[in-house]
Amino acid sequence: MTQQSIDRREYNITAYTENQVGLLNRIAIIFSRRKINIESLNTSPSEVEGIHRFNIVVVETEEVVRKIARQIEKQVEVLKVYFNPNEDVIWQEMALYKVPTDIIAERALVERLLREHGARAVVIRKDYTVFETTGHREETDKLLAVLQPYGLIEFVRSARIAIIKDSQGFHHKLREFERTEPSPEVSENDYLNSRDKVFTM
Amino acid sequence: MYSNPSPQPAPTLPETAVATAEPATRTLSGAEATLHALLAEGVDTVFGYPGGAIIPIYDALYDFRDQLNHVLVRHEQGGIHAAQGYARSSGRVGVVFATSGPGATNLVTGLADALIDSTPLVCITGQVFAHLLGTDAFQETDIINITTPITKWNHQVTDASEIPEALAKAFYIARSGRPGPVLIDITKNAQLQKADFAPYQPCTHIRSYRPRPVVRPEYVAQAAVLINQAQRPLVLWGQGVLLGQAEQEFRQFIEKSGIPAAWTILGAGALPTGHPLNVGMLGMHGNYGPNVLTNECDVLIAIGMRFDDRVTGRLDKYAKQAQVIHLDIDPTEIDKNVKATVPVWGDCQETLPLLTELVEARTYPEWRQRFLDHDAEEIAAVIQDELFPTSDELTMGEVIQQLNELTQGEAIIVTDVGQHQMVACRYARLNHTRSNITSGGLGTMGFALPAAIGAKYGAPARTVVAVIGDGGMQMTIQELGTIMQTGVNVKILLLNNQFLGMVRQWQELFHDRRYSFVDIASPDYVTVARGYRITGRRVDNRPALQPALREMLEHPGSFLLEVMVTKENNIFPMVPQGCGVGEIRLK
Repeated sequence: MTQQSIDRREYNITAYTENQVGLLNRIAIIFSRRKINIESLNTSPSEVEGIHRFNIVVVETEEVVRKIARQIEKQVEVLKVYFNPNEDVIWQEMALYKVPTDIIAERALVERLLREHGARAVVIRKDYTVFETTGHREETDKLLAVLQPYGLIEFVRSARIAIIKDSQGFHHKLREFERTEPSPEVSENDYLNSRDKVFTM
Repeated sequence: MYSNPSPQPAPTLPETAVATAEPATRTLSGAEATLHALLAEGVDTVFGYPGGAIIPIYDALYDFRDQLNHVLVRHEQGGIHAAQGYARSSGRVGVVFATSGPGATNLVTGLADALIDSTPLVCITGQVFAHLLGTDAFQETDIINITTPITKWNHQVTDASEIPEALAKAFYIARSGRPGPVLIDITKNAQLQKADFAPYQPCTHIRSYRPRPVVRPEYVAQAAVLINQAQRPLVLWGQGVLLGQAEQEFRQFIEKSGIPAAWTILGAGALPTGHPLNVGMLGMHGNYGPNVLTNECDVLIAIGMRFDDRVTGRLDKYAKQAQVIHLDIDPTEIDKNVKATVPVWGDCQETLPLLTELVEARTYPEWRQRFLDHDAEEIAAVIQDELFPTSDELTMGEVIQQLNELTQGEAIIVTDVGQHQMVACRYARLNHTRSNITSGGLGTMGFALPAAIGAKYGAPARTVVAVIGDGGMQMTIQELGTIMQTGVNVKILLLNNQFLGMVRQWQELFHDRRYSFVDIASPDYVTVARGYRITGRRVDNRPALQPALREMLEHPGSFLLEVMVTKENNIFPMVPQGCGVGEIRLK
């Protein structure tokens, strides 16, 4: 295996943006141009009204992700981009499972499995029941595997959403961005800031 | 002639702004608002071609003919290359009009060229009525999505009231930070629609866009320490020096620090070619000394350049021994190709004076002697024969050499792409900045003729010479019609080697002389020119060359001079693909 494939791992890219038509495409093509597959993509409002938030998951080396993050941040309508490995974020994915109701009712086993996996019934109908569970990929996958033999009708999983553990949120940053005169805080560049360690005479 | 009763938008002078609390609005069509916005941005020349979806703007333009000079081109690609030439010679934003569908898609090559070469453009395309979007209407194309990867910003306007703000943002984004092309797509209903418009407000701030980084003095200080300790420093400069209008600041830095400086082809002319510290051109067909010594310097100072692969050759054999200082306004360029020991992120007009302040005045006589020694080798092996050949046939180099003698380095040289481009860039004397206009990053054949037209509009007082090969000439030859109709004074110097020469050179050197489709036939260019009422001449011998060049330069209007040059000449030195700059070949 090459060094590069060893260094590849999951990164969570968080981008704060304006809410503009066409921006999704502008961001997506930064990945596709470099033949990088987006594992998961979620867009949502952020804690700040009017500011949109992208959560993008890719499997890549840190160097590639850093360059990608800068390219995203360079787009006119993007305010700020962060990238973090999994250990730096709290993340969740949600999954829905549609199961025949008669099997649930007949087999106490299934109900127990659902309870053990923290699943919750969203809809109960005569013909089927929809369960929901939220967690890491392994957890939603595990329930999927467990339900498979019991006539699972349909399954869907959402994109990942992630919160950066040591983030102070975006309210303060946005105020800085709105000032006409830029401050060093806004002009910060994560890599440049860590240059003290890199540069030695 | 019709004169517009109140053509100028209400001036936004501070005193009037104070005097009237409520600024007067006026009712205009979207098309009129578009043209008012252009005037307010100081636009004097627009290159364009009309069509169905942009008819309302052209209709409004009829009333603005005395304020906006519209140059009718023969193809939209010619229009955008002309706007690029205008932007590059003047330092201002080039403006293009095109219609929807094919008009818009014909801009694509120019947009890609302008993005990679950081040229400020605002392209305005017409679009079908908003209610027809997505219906495959006549001449409808999704130009916003087509151009997303090749514009700095683009935006579709579907309501007239959005037009001033969209254009204000477009001009601000195009010219600020690292410049680039912007496309504004305006649906026909928005052009026709009437709305009440407040006085035009230029854009000075977009909260999500920070074009001007705050300079971090600690990095400037670190860079100065490195430079002051260096024994063999080398400066590489690129177009950033021109784009930042930092030619003076750059010259002061070079002259105080005494560091030899080499250029990328887009940086050419920022320091005159005759300056003693200008050690020549970088890259695949650059000069021998700066290429070889890139791999021997101890500190490499890159200023407003992006380490393109044509400059660096193989990256793992590029300047591995050197500490690298990289000055750039675009943070994505730092560490993109070459790792910087010290990044100096900022506008070089701002950072260079700070650096000049801190560097010691030095001269490096031994180090500079090494460049002179390599120059002597290159002159003996390549340049002497190229500029002063003894064979019967004319060389491209001697044509440029003779041109230098006549222009004395005062002309703007616009080049196309290929062998003649490398020869012109290597040998043209340039006394002034913004004198070398060429398609660098994208390598767009067909660029030179329309770009030269635009360059002349951008710098009317200067002589503009378009140096073009027989391949590139035939790609945009229709723009001779633009020259005919406008009477713009462009000197066309056609170097005809009867081949697609650069590809032929590669086929000769790397593909066993299998000349696959590089033998290109030409029309009788002088006759073609005459058809367009442009005076022309063809020369194929040495005694006729200089008189013909003089005739071209002294002719009162446009002139086409076709020079028949030797067919199978190769451009050397050359860094073969996949090799390091240290492996540059003299033959």
